[in-house]
Amino acid sequence: MLQTILVAAAEEPPTNPLIPQWYDIIWSLVCFVVILFFFWRLVLPRMKKLLDERSAAIEGNIEKADVAQREAEAALEQYTAQLAEARAKAGKIREQARVDAQRIGAEIQAQAQSDAERVKANAQVAIEADRQAALVSLRTEVGSLAIDLASGVIGESLSDDKKATALVDRFLADLEASDTAGKK
Amino acid sequence: MATSDDGGFHGPSIEEFFPEAIFFAGTPFEINRIILIRFLAMLAIILIFWIGTRRMKVVPGRFQSVVEMGLDFARVNIAEDLLGKKDGRRFLPLITTIFFVVLFANLTGIIPFLNISSNAIIGMPLVLAVVAWLAFMYAGLKKHPGAFFKNALFPPGVPWPLYIIVTPIEFVSTFVLRPVTLTLRLLMNMLVGHLLLVLFFSATQFFLFTATQTSIFYGLFGVGTLAFGFVFTLFEVLVAVLQAYVFALLTTVYIQLALADEH
Repeated sequence: MLQTILVAAAEEPPTNPLIPQWYDIIWSLVCFVVILFFFWRLVLPRMKKLLDERSAAIEGNIEKADVAQREAEAALEQYTAQLAEARAKAGKIREQARVDAQRIGAEIQAQAQSDAERVKANAQVAIEADRQAALVSLRTEVGSLAIDLASGVIGESLSDDKKATALVDRFLADLEASDTAGKK
Repeated sequence: MATSDDGGFHGPSIEEFFPEAIFFAGTPFEINRIILIRFLAMLAIILIFWIGTRRMKVVPGRFQSVVEMGLDFARVNIAEDLLGKKDGRRFLPLITTIFFVVLFANLTGIIPFLNISSNAIIGMPLVLAVVAWLAFMYAGLKKHPGAFFKNALFPPGVPWPLYIIVTPIEFVSTFVLRPVTLTLRLLMNMLVGHLLLVLFFSATQFFLFTATQTSIFYGLFGVGTLAFGFVFTLFEVLVAVLQAYVFALLTTVYIQLALADEH
């Protein structure tokens, strides 16, 4: 290979590949500058924009997930609170009902008792009144009956009212005394 | 190519890299086949990245993914990895440009009918090396206006008599050899890669169609050289990508060294 290169080199004036040609440098420079500006001004800004958008999107999604999580937690808390509240309310209502029932029972009992007592008292009063009336009528009737009886027995008119009244009273007193003695 | 009609074997020569002018012959704006191939590579860059970034979506499609992957490679694996986010962003256009210009120009070396890399002539490697040289000088002078040359030429922590030896070495290695090695590494890789491929395929041509007239036995050599040519074509793909990476990476490393506070 070396020989053939040398042969080829001998045939034509040698060209050193290390010596740059002007046209080569110029076109290299042009290409480099064009590509540099292409990447610098167009491609890399587009890429940067994309990367920013992508990280923003990722952050946005994380943020969204956080918000959803917080909302779910808040809703759960609210429901739990509502449930507890409802339970407390139910308990309170039950307690109230129990207390009410107790109170109503007691009231009814008291009412019944007072009614009974009142009926009893009325009955006693009526009995007493009847007794008094009976007593009074009995006294007058028994007096006149006895006097009639005595008049008949002794045969004399007891014109002397003073004597008669005294006699009746003594009789009644004796009667009462014997009555109370008999009761005892 | 290197074979001609007279039936003899002609190996590749250095004249391959200086084809006849097509336009503007003899002027500084002369355009030959290789320059046209260079234009084609640049056009490919512009088309691919223009279309690929025209309507970018947050959720990328297939083509956009590939373009993004390429740009991310230059951005994340080269620029931001070595320079950090802030300086990486400053020098990103330069690094991206160097990476893709070298890559696309290298790849034309194995594309059928183009078959030569426009980086196999010294112009583009030299221009890019000078740009890299200017870039790290700019980075250093901007960051340490007073101390850049002092730090580069008189490294701290060296006893002063040693500066007699150290300073010339540092000067040559930093300010002379860096652009020279950048240029030559890329140029020679592409130049030799092309010569090798031409050698294999012209030998195949010779053995299969010319030498078989003498003896059918030569056809076996032809098969062998064809296989080698195929393997080396694949190898050239690797070299094309690797050289683009190396060029961009070294440019970034030089900028990083210039930005470093002490070295």
